[in-house]
Amino acid sequence: MTVSKIWVFAEAADGKVSNTTLEMLTKARSLADTVECVSVAGDAVAGAVGAHGASAVHQVNGTDGKLLGPAVASAIAGAVAAGNGPDAVLLATSYDGRDVAGRLAVKLDAPVITNVVDLVERDGGLAGVEPIFGGTTDVVTKFTTGKVSIFLVRPKSFAAEESGGGAAAVSELAAGDLGATGAAVVTNRFVEEKTGPSLDDADIVVSGGRGLGESEKFQMVEDLAKALGAAPGASRAIVDAGWVPYSYQVGQTGKVVKPNVYIAAGISGATQHLVGMKGSKNIIAINKDPEAPIFSVADLGIVGDVNKVLPKLIEALQSR
Amino acid sequence: MNVVVCVKQIPDPADPGALDPSTKTLKRDGKLILDESDSYGVEMALQLVDAAGGGEVTLVSMAPNSEVGGLRTALAMGAAKAVLVSDDALKGSDALGTSKVLAKAIERAGAADLILTATESSDGYTGTVPEMVAELMGLPSVTFAKSITIDGGAAKVQRQTEAGYDDVECPLPAVVSVTAGVVEPRYPSFKGIMAAKSKPVDEVTVADLGIDAGAVGWAGGGQEIVEVAEAEAREAGTIVEDDGEGFQKVVDYLSELKVI
Repeated sequence: MTVSKIWVFAEAADGKVSNTTLEMLTKARSLADTVECVSVAGDAVAGAVGAHGASAVHQVNGTDGKLLGPAVASAIAGAVAAGNGPDAVLLATSYDGRDVAGRLAVKLDAPVITNVVDLVERDGGLAGVEPIFGGTTDVVTKFTTGKVSIFLVRPKSFAAEESGGGAAAVSELAAGDLGATGAAVVTNRFVEEKTGPSLDDADIVVSGGRGLGESEKFQMVEDLAKALGAAPGASRAIVDAGWVPYSYQVGQTGKVVKPNVYIAAGISGATQHLVGMKGSKNIIAINKDPEAPIFSVADLGIVGDVNKVLPKLIEALQSR
Repeated sequence: MNVVVCVKQIPDPADPGALDPSTKTLKRDGKLILDESDSYGVEMALQLVDAAGGGEVTLVSMAPNSEVGGLRTALAMGAAKAVLVSDDALKGSDALGTSKVLAKAIERAGAADLILTATESSDGYTGTVPEMVAELMGLPSVTFAKSITIDGGAAKVQRQTEAGYDDVECPLPAVVSVTAGVVEPRYPSFKGIMAAKSKPVDEVTVADLGIDAGAVGWAGGGQEIVEVAEAEAREAGTIVEDDGEGFQKVVDYLSELKVI
């Protein structure tokens, strides 16, 4: 094994462990003798993470109504200081994962390797593989400090597979005194209602971009998605422009999707977007600019105006 | 209300990026511009200072070669002044080294009620700097803010989540990272552009900030790029011009994939 102990930051929503957590655990099993989790969700995740190879869950308490970053980072740093810490920590590139990683890096004075899509062995230690320039180039980076290796891992980098293990043993890991850093409190949580399949799980994703021309035209993307039983998505450009909520965003910031079929309508294919969807199995692009980078990853490209192609496509699908 | 905004000056994203062959890091020797992601923080800061009825916006930036191109853009939008850290010792700095420099530069900028950043830069996109700066300064933080209001010594923030958003209250001073699209960044007026030319930019070195040069740049990095390789390319697909029947090609392809 490359290292002896890896900790995975296990995230959960509504008592269900995140897919990325299970993906990271599956990879960690092949790299370390001991794989454990640190989490604020303790008992709720013990079964699922155990079934994916974690033998223990270090439960961090006191985060109800708080942001997780300061407490989880402090707890991990405390374990490292006490000599019970891991050789490496894997965290998802998520809202809370990045918060924990940033604070932990300062506490340990150790760098973070970010945007990791694979973990490999280099010179007896762990190294991270990071795609750059829209995924056309892979960079392998290793640590030279001898300190704890912190990796921020992109969702869907690995396939989650069960190990057949039983529930992980849960024990408390104290967060210690957070001082002013823990002062932010969550007063309310809002869940945006979305119908149909989610971007994470959908077999087909239909995304729209600036080529639609105006926000009302996004309805065509919704209609096409509905006709195909697909999840609707969007490029950063139209999320920034306020056409659709951030939860629709596919890309570097936003969701990473790997559906069976990805349809990009009026999206030029900036690096930001390509990184989030080029792992899709089949890609269809519709764009009026034949030079658009999206065509470099498309299996089928239609050079044309989405406002002409989409209505006909929707009609054809609806009449089937 | 005094707000510090951390801004990054980056190579124009419209130009193709390149790696320095010897260091394997992103080349930054050309002209740099204000990272568009940071224009939202600048706009938000200007609006908050306006709403508070007093105070000013100070920019903090770290860039090679005394670069001020991006800073002038943000000053033209309405920021009052800037602290620029420029030092050869900073070459090769990673997110942690950068955060150490920014934290010290923020302190130099004067007592801030609020420190704003983007959620991530457009060229490096580690997305870890806001939390690192907060931790180094011993401050609370809220990341991924889609709106901010100030209410009696606290920031009320809508924080983006997987499911929707959380309302978060955070006492000041604090670090808040803002998502793109939260506000509409103003275009600098002609008057603003002229005024920006004479606004003060306090240029400092690593030593001026009391930072050991060995803790930043290559020396302080703690990581090494061991390999750069072409990623596996996708096989070239079929590209056709829409002749009015382009939709049929899509239908046929979907049918071939047996998804319809």
